[in-house]
Amino acid sequence: MTAAAKSGHPGGSLSAADILAALYFRVLRVDPSRPGWPERDRFVLSKGHAAPALYAALAERGYFPVEELKTLRRIHSRLQGHPDMRKTPGVEASTGSLGQGLSMAGGMALAGRLDGCDWRVYALLGDGECEEGQVWEAAMAAAHYRLDNLTAFLDNNGLQIDGPIEQVMSPNPLNDKWRAFGWHVIEIDGHDFGQILGAVDEAKKTKGRPTMIVARTIKGKGCSFMENEAEWHGKAPSPEQAEQALRDLEKGGAAR
Amino acid sequence: MKYLVRLQEGAKKVATRDAYGEALAELGRENPDVVALDADLSKSTKTAVFGKAFPARFFNMGIAEANMMATAAGLAAAGKVPFASTFAVFATGRAFDQVRNSICYPHLNVKIAASHAGITVGEDGGSHQSVEDIALMRVLPNMTVIVPADAGETRAAVRAAAALDGPVYLRLGRAGGPIIFGPDYSFRVGEAVVLREGRDVSLFACGVMVAEALKAADQLAGEGLEAEVVNVSSLKPFDWRTVAESVVRTGAAVSAEEHSIIGGLGGAVAECLAERHPVPLVRVGLRDTFGESGTPDELMKAYGLTAADIVRAAKEAIQRRRV
Repeated sequence: MTAAAKSGHPGGSLSAADILAALYFRVLRVDPSRPGWPERDRFVLSKGHAAPALYAALAERGYFPVEELKTLRRIHSRLQGHPDMRKTPGVEASTGSLGQGLSMAGGMALAGRLDGCDWRVYALLGDGECEEGQVWEAAMAAAHYRLDNLTAFLDNNGLQIDGPIEQVMSPNPLNDKWRAFGWHVIEIDGHDFGQILGAVDEAKKTKGRPTMIVARTIKGKGCSFMENEAEWHGKAPSPEQAEQALRDLEKGGAAR
Repeated sequence: MKYLVRLQEGAKKVATRDAYGEALAELGRENPDVVALDADLSKSTKTAVFGKAFPARFFNMGIAEANMMATAAGLAAAGKVPFASTFAVFATGRAFDQVRNSICYPHLNVKIAASHAGITVGEDGGSHQSVEDIALMRVLPNMTVIVPADAGETRAAVRAAAALDGPVYLRLGRAGGPIIFGPDYSFRVGEAVVLREGRDVSLFACGVMVAEALKAADQLAGEGLEAEVVNVSSLKPFDWRTVAESVVRTGAAVSAEEHSIIGGLGGAVAECLAERHPVPLVRVGLRDTFGESGTPDELMKAYGLTAADIVRAAKEAIQRRRV
């Protein structure tokens, strides 16, 4: 997708792809034929630059044709460079300016609880994104309002555009910070479906506080030349590299 | 629209923020989807009135304005009608990116009711006096911007904002102001209102400056000049037609606002006149400067925001038309 668009963020999309697949195919109570169904679960991609992974999950789940993925970032496409809730069926929040999605997810969770609904809210944040102050305002508020209908994932791939998070501006220790802010914290391997689903179950059973699932992930996961390379944060692969990436991903899929 | 008035001498003064508090609580009784958020200033912004009546639907978000605005966006995305309040300087400056990206870009149904706008904040000083908020909100696509002139118009604007699907910025003041509109006044978003007819000069005003413009018109009448006073409470959508039609009659214009002369009402009037019907325009407002501490009355005098300043500006506009 990013190769066809000649721009985009492949690295952080691939690190989040397994979590998104688990959410859209096993966790979220959604109906692609009714994107506005009031009783649906909500998912907010706070790290909006991973839009290609979200679009792929939405297309595979049936919100729009898979062929449409090739229009990513093109003029008049429904698939904007960053998620646009007014253009793309299934996108719950317009994100991209980092640090705002968890606040929006918190607002949705407040609304759901106010109406006595049982739908749940999920969000996915980046670890670099946690350098934004608003993330911690939202963390504080979600714990203060005891939003146990809110579950967030932290895509802990350890890299941001300018390099490793530890070198650019360390948000660590992330687990301790989320715990200190009053969240129930679960640490998992973000590429292990069993662990992802187990953590979601644990979050559902956790009462009185929101849950943060800190998922250790690999940026560029499944693609030999992208894995753990910060330079693949916001750069599209060439057609040849894209071929190689798809071969790698197919091999990885077969091995699993 | 026309609603002809004369200011009553010695009438009771009411702050628009007080009218907002009452109107919001009233709205809460009628519409269970209305919720309110505040950032630790609920006693000042008067959302506390709503909070007392509807504690489950009131969310104090603490001193965290960015999170408050994006939380309001989430509530709106889930069908609520959130009113988010804090001081204007924080609502529009501190949380600008959240208002832009989380509220306006996705056209979410969030009402930002910001109090303590302008220099009538008074003693708190320049750090707390927003002189740029109208400009910041007016430039955002999808945003509606309303600056009510008195308590009655505030009550009507709160209802109109709730009835409108989309983001609205309501600019409210701390200090009391005279009552201009009676209960028969019907406010409509996007309509400027002629409060007094005249053929010599058009006085376009918003907020606290509407009362000053009416006083200025009285003073000008004493000197044989008939000023038309137009209340431009809808900064956006802007009533180009009423503004242009007024200057076609008068041939001279003054804008008056408790805001920078750049980007606010003066900016909007200048844009309108330049494109539709160019006539001399003199802008009354803060002349590219921050405010400072002082009483509201002292500050209005010090920064040239009184009826006397409007009178001077009107004469200058008329003079320039004649040369």
